[in-house]
Amino acid sequence: MATQPIAAPTGAVLDLERVRADFPALHQQVKGKPLVYLDNAATTQKPRAVIDAVSLFYERDCANVHRGVHMLSQRATVAYENARTAVKAHLGAKDSREIVFTRGTTESINLVAHSFVGPRLKPGDEILITAMEHHSNIVPWQLLAERTGAVLKVAPIDDRGELILDELDRLLGERTRILSVVHVSNALGTVNPIAEIVHIAHAHGVPVLVDGAQALPHMKVDMGELGCDFYAFSGHKVYAGTGIGALWGKRSHLLEMIPYQGGGDMILSVTFEKTTFAEPPHRFEAGTPNIAGAIGLAAALKYVDAVGLEAISAHEHRLLEEATTAVLEVPGVRLIGQARRRSGALSFVMDGIHPHDVGTILDTEGVAVRAGHHCAQPVMLRYNISATVRASFGLYNTSDEIAALVRGLHRVREVFA
Amino acid sequence: MSELRDLYQEVILDHNRRPRNCYALDCPNRTADGHNPLCGDTVRIYLRIEDGIIEEVSFQGHGCAICTASSSLMTESVKGKTVEEAMHLFDGFHHMLTGVAEEQGLELGKLKVFEGVREYPVRVKCATLAWHTLKAAVEGEQAASTE
Repeated sequence: MATQPIAAPTGAVLDLERVRADFPALHQQVKGKPLVYLDNAATTQKPRAVIDAVSLFYERDCANVHRGVHMLSQRATVAYENARTAVKAHLGAKDSREIVFTRGTTESINLVAHSFVGPRLKPGDEILITAMEHHSNIVPWQLLAERTGAVLKVAPIDDRGELILDELDRLLGERTRILSVVHVSNALGTVNPIAEIVHIAHAHGVPVLVDGAQALPHMKVDMGELGCDFYAFSGHKVYAGTGIGALWGKRSHLLEMIPYQGGGDMILSVTFEKTTFAEPPHRFEAGTPNIAGAIGLAAALKYVDAVGLEAISAHEHRLLEEATTAVLEVPGVRLIGQARRRSGALSFVMDGIHPHDVGTILDTEGVAVRAGHHCAQPVMLRYNISATVRASFGLYNTSDEIAALVRGLHRVREVFA
Repeated sequence: MSELRDLYQEVILDHNRRPRNCYALDCPNRTADGHNPLCGDTVRIYLRIEDGIIEEVSFQGHGCAICTASSSLMTESVKGKTVEEAMHLFDGFHHMLTGVAEEQGLELGKLKVFEGVREYPVRVKCATLAWHTLKAAVEGEQAASTE
C-alpha cells in the first residue's frame, strides 16, 4: 500500500515546477484562461499521490476494517491503522491511540465538546473562545452552553487582528472548563502563539483545544512543542480528500471521555442489558469509517513531508509578502487583518466595490478567490464589514499567479470606473 | 471583457453608483428585511400600499453591485403598479434569470439589463433578493431569505 511521494525532498527550496506537475487539477483552463487557484483556505487541490492512494484502495484492497478474517479486510485494516500512525508521526505525537479519525475539524471540535467538556460542565461554568474563531469553533460551544447552562466567553482581538493575551489571561477563571482557540485564522491569516497561550491557560488549570485547520497545511505542527490538550484538523485543507480529518487528544483525556456516537466498531461487547465500549481511539469511531479517506490523508501528509514543511513555509511566506505588497499597490485596496505573524491567507476589501463583484470579475480572469464572510461573521462584524476578498495560498502557487491576481484587480477597477 | 459587460451593464453600474429610492420611507405600511445568508447581503424594503396599489417604495441595505442595482431598479419598476402586477413582474424576472421559458407578452423593460446574470448562477440570488423581500413585505412577512 506504499504510496510514492512524487516530489522528492528538496531541502529548504521548493521545486515549484515539479510540485505543480504533481497536481492534475492545476493544469486546466477556466473561461479560456489558465486556472489560478487562490482559494486554498477553502480547500486544496489534490496531488497525484493522494488520488492514486485512494484509487488503489478501491481497486485492490476494498473491504471493511477490523472485522474480516479474509485477506482484503486484513489489507484494509493494516492500511487504515497505518494511516493513523502516519498522522501520529506528522503531528509529532507519542502514541497512535491518541489519533481519532473524524470527518474533519468541525466533527473533532464537536467530539471534544460532547465527550470531554460536556460531562464536566455545571450551570454557570465557562467556555472560553476568541473573537477570531470560525463558526465551527463557535456554534458547537453555543449548543453545549445552551444544553448545560454554561456561559460562553469571548477573548477580544485588537485592530491588527491579534489576540489580546492580557485579556485572555483575565478571562481565564476558576469556572473556565475549556479554552478553544484557532491556530491560524481563516479570515485574517493571524498565527496565534499557541505555546504561549497554552502556558497561560494551563497556569489556570484550563485545558486547551486548538483548531488547526488552517495551520497544518502551512507549518510544522508538533504536539510536544505546542503543549495543548487537543488538536483538530481537516484532511482536505492539507491536500487530502473531503470528509476525513482527525482529532489528536492526550491519551489521559481520551481515556476518560464518554462515547460520541454509538454503533459498530466502538464496542467491546453488546448485550441488551449493557454495552462495554472499546478503548480510544475506536471508542470515538462508531460505524464503518472513511477508510479510503484516511489512506488518502496519510498519503497527503507523507507528500507534504516529502516536499518539506520548511520549504513549504518559506515559499508560502514569500508569496504572502509578495502578494501583500502587490495588492496594496492597487488603488483603493485595504487589508483586513495585519497581524505581525500571518500565514496562508490575504484578506482585503476594495473601496466602493463589493467583494462578490471582485470575485466574479476575477473568475472571468481564471482567478479563483473566496468572496464572503468566510464562516467568520463575528470577525467581519469586528471590522464593520460584511465580507472580504480572500486570496489564500498553497504550496503550488507562483509569483506569476500573484501577478494574475493583481491584473484581475485592475480589471475590476476598469469595470467599476 | 465583453462577457463581463453583459453582466455589468452600464445601467447596472449606474444604479449601483446612484441607487434610486434608497432611503427609509417616512410612513410605510409594509416593511420587510431580506437577507442572503451565503454572502451576508441585506436589504430592507419599505412600502406604502393604498387600495392594492404600490404608491411608494424604497429600500436600504448593503450588498454587491448586482444586489444594489436590482433593488434600485425594482423600486422604479413596481412603483405605481398594483401588487398583482408587481408579483407578475417578479415571476417574469425570475424566469428570465433562471432560464425558464419567458412568459408571453410580459414587458420587463429596463429589467432586461439583468439578463446576463443568467450566465452566473451563483449571482442569481443577488439579483432576486430585493424581489423576494418585496414579496415578503406584500404578503405581510417580516423577513425574507434567499435560502
